[in-house]
Amino acid sequence: MKHLLSTKDLSRDDAITLLDIAEDMADVSTREVRKLPTLRGKTVVNLFFEDSTRTRISFEAAAKRLSADVINFSAKGSSVSKGESLKDTAQTLAAIGADGVVIRHPASGAPQVLATSGWIDAGIINAGDGTHEHPTQALLDAFTIRRRLHKAASRGKGLDGVTVTIVGDVLHSRVARSNLWLLTTLGAEVTMVAPPTLFPMDMTGWPAAVSFDLDDAIDAGPDVIMMLRIQQERMNAAFFPNSREYSRRWGLDDERFARLAPTSIVMHPGPMNRGLEISSAAADSAASTVLEQVANGVSIRMAALYLLMSGDREES
Amino acid sequence: MENTATRYLIRNARLADGTRTDLLLADGRIQELGTALSHAGATVIDADGLLALRGLVDLHTHLREPGYEQSETILTGSQAAAIGGFTSVFAMANTSPVQDTAGVVEQVLALGERAGYVTVQPIGAVTLGLAGERLAELGAMATSRARVRVFSDDGFCVSDPLLMRRALEYVKAFDGVIAQHSQEPRLTEKAQMNEGALSSELGLAGWPAVAEESIIARDVLLAEHVGSRLHVCHVSTAGAVDVIRWAKARGINVTAEATPHHLLLTEDLVRGYDARYKVNPPLRRREDVDALRAGLADGTIDIVATDHAPHPVESKDCEWDAAANGMVGLESALSVVQASVVDTGLLDWRDVSRVLSAAPARIGRLASQGRPLEVGAPANVTLYDPAASREFGRDDLAGKSTNSPYLAMTLPGRVVAVFHRGTATVLDGVLRAPAELGGREEPQHG
Repeated sequence: MKHLLSTKDLSRDDAITLLDIAEDMADVSTREVRKLPTLRGKTVVNLFFEDSTRTRISFEAAAKRLSADVINFSAKGSSVSKGESLKDTAQTLAAIGADGVVIRHPASGAPQVLATSGWIDAGIINAGDGTHEHPTQALLDAFTIRRRLHKAASRGKGLDGVTVTIVGDVLHSRVARSNLWLLTTLGAEVTMVAPPTLFPMDMTGWPAAVSFDLDDAIDAGPDVIMMLRIQQERMNAAFFPNSREYSRRWGLDDERFARLAPTSIVMHPGPMNRGLEISSAAADSAASTVLEQVANGVSIRMAALYLLMSGDREES
Repeated sequence: MENTATRYLIRNARLADGTRTDLLLADGRIQELGTALSHAGATVIDADGLLALRGLVDLHTHLREPGYEQSETILTGSQAAAIGGFTSVFAMANTSPVQDTAGVVEQVLALGERAGYVTVQPIGAVTLGLAGERLAELGAMATSRARVRVFSDDGFCVSDPLLMRRALEYVKAFDGVIAQHSQEPRLTEKAQMNEGALSSELGLAGWPAVAEESIIARDVLLAEHVGSRLHVCHVSTAGAVDVIRWAKARGINVTAEATPHHLLLTEDLVRGYDARYKVNPPLRRREDVDALRAGLADGTIDIVATDHAPHPVESKDCEWDAAANGMVGLESALSVVQASVVDTGLLDWRDVSRVLSAAPARIGRLASQGRPLEVGAPANVTLYDPAASREFGRDDLAGKSTNSPYLAMTLPGRVVAVFHRGTATVLDGVLRAPAELGGREEPQHG
C-alpha cells in the first residue's frame, strides 16, 4: 500500500489486514515500553490546513510510538489565502525529506492531488479532505465495532451482518462517506438517517438504506448507532429551523437511547455537541465507545503508518 | 515576402454541400468559383480531399487582454483562433479594465486589427464592471468604432430580474442582444461540479442543473415580455435544452450556444480531481451531452461557441477548490465538433458551417463573416481535412495557455489552411508568422 486516500477503493482483504495490524499495535500500547523501533530514522509530516487538534495528536502519538520523527506543519486557512500553493508546500516537504505526509485539507481531493501530482514521493495519508473522506476515522470505527463484538477473537474477522445506523449531517460528512464504504466492504448493513436537507441530492450507488425518521431506525434495533457532529455553521444556512427542532427529531436523547437494545453500541467521532445530537446519558453510558474510539485511533494510525512507510512501499 | 495582395487558387476543394470547385481568392474576396480556373499569378493550393468551409466564427472567446496578459493576449488568442480554423472571434468583456466603455472596446478592436489573424469583434459588458448593479454605457459601445451588438457579463449572471429586463429592453434601440451566463448565484454558492451522484460521492459542492434552467426560463419569458433578443451562453443541461425548445416553439426570439467540451466530455472526468476538467458551467452527465447533441441537430441550439478560457499553469496545478474555471478550446473546436456530432451522424458539414459560422455571425450582427462561399464574398475560408486523425498535444496549441482537456486524446480532422479576408493565416497546417501577414489590415468598419 503506497497511500491511504479513501476507503472507497480499499479491498476487504486490505482492510482486514490493516485492522489486524492495528490489533498488534494495540497490544504494544499495553506494554510497559509503548514504543516500537519500526520507523526509526523516518520522518512523518502532519500537514494540517484545518484545525484538528484531536486528529493531529492521534497521528503524532502513533508516529512517535513507531519511533518516527514527527514534524507538525500547521497551515491554517486555505493555501490560497496563505499565499503559498499546495504544490510549493509539497515540494518543500519533499526537499526536507518527508517519508510520509499526513494531510488534513478543506478541499475534497487534495490528498489525491498530492499523491498523483509528482510533487512529492512520500506516502500520503488522508486525515480528512473537505466533505470527501476520512479513512482512518472509518477504520478506527470498524476496529472499535469489531473489538466490541469479538473481543480477543477479532483478528481476521469482518463485520458481516452487523447493522449500523449513521445519523446526522451526511451531506457534509467525510466520516459518513468513509464509514459507508468501509463498513459495507466489511459486510455490515448501513442505514443513514438525516433531515432531507442534510442528505446529498443524489445517493445513487450508495449501498445504504435511507430514512428521515430516527424513531423508525431506533425501533429497527441496530447493533450500532453512530451520531455525527452538527457543525455550528449549518445552523444559519436553512438546513433545519434551529437546534431545538434538530435535537427533537434527529438527536439521540435519553428517551431514544433507552429504547435501544442493551447490547447496542453508541458511537460518535467527536467532538460531541452534548444535548444537541447526543444526550449526556447516552454519551457517558456503557454503550458508548467514544473514548475507546480515541484510544483505537492511535492503533489504527500506527497500522497505517507502518503499512505505508516500513519496507518497500512500492509493493502491493 | 507575401502580403494581402497574394492571389490564391484553391484547387479541387469539396464544399460543405459536397460539390467540388476551385476557388480564386484575390483582393480579399472570392473572385472566381468553378473548375479548372486559371492559375496565372496565383499561389496554387491543392485541396484535393479537403473541405472548403466558411471561415469559422466564435461568439464566445476570452482573449484576456487588457489585464490578464499572462494567460492570453489578443495576438496569441487570435493565433489560437486561426490555427483552429476561425476567421473571427467575439471577445468577451471580462477583461481588466472591463470592456464596459467605448474606449476599452475600441482598444480591443484596434489590437485585433493590429494582430491581423482574425476579425476580433468586442463584446460589451451589460453592467458597469460586471458588478450586476448599473447598466454600462451600452449605447456608447454600440455607436463606437467597435459597433458592439453583443452584450454580456459572462462569468457572472445578470441575476437581478429588473436589471435583466431593462438591459433586454434597452438594446432594442440598436438591434443588440444580451448574451446571458445563466447561473442562479444563490443556488451555486461555492459550487465545484455538476450536482448529482458523483458530486455526492466526491464531496464536491454541487452546481445543480436547476440553477441554469431557472434563469433561462425567467429570461426567455422576459425576452418575450419586452419583445427583445436573448442569447443563452454555454447551455449545458438536458432541462435547459427543453426550456429553449419550448421558448422557440412559442416564438420567443432566443438563440443558444453549446460548447465543444459540453458536447464531448462528461463529469466522470472529475473523478481524479484533475483541475483541467474544472469549468463553468461544469461538465454534466452523459444524458445531458446527448440532449445537447440532439438540440444542436434539431436547431434548438443554434451555434457552437468555444468559451475559450486560457489560464496560467498555476491556476490549474493545485487542489480542485482552488483551481480556476475554464478550458482553452479554439484550437480543438472543429475537431471536437467533428468527433461529437459529425462522425456520429447528427450533423453534416452544411450544418457545421451553419453552427460554427453563419449563425454566430448573424446573432452577432457581423455582416462580413459567415457568408456563403460565393463570388464577391469576403475571402474567409477554412480548408479542413476531415480524414486526418491525430493525438492532440501541446504542439497543437497556439495560444499562451495549455489548459486543454483534450491533451493526449485522439481527435479527428486537421485544419490545413485558413484565409482571413484573403490573407493566409495558416498554410500547410502551420500558423504563419505575424510578419508574413503583410502588416496592419484595414479597419473592418468604415
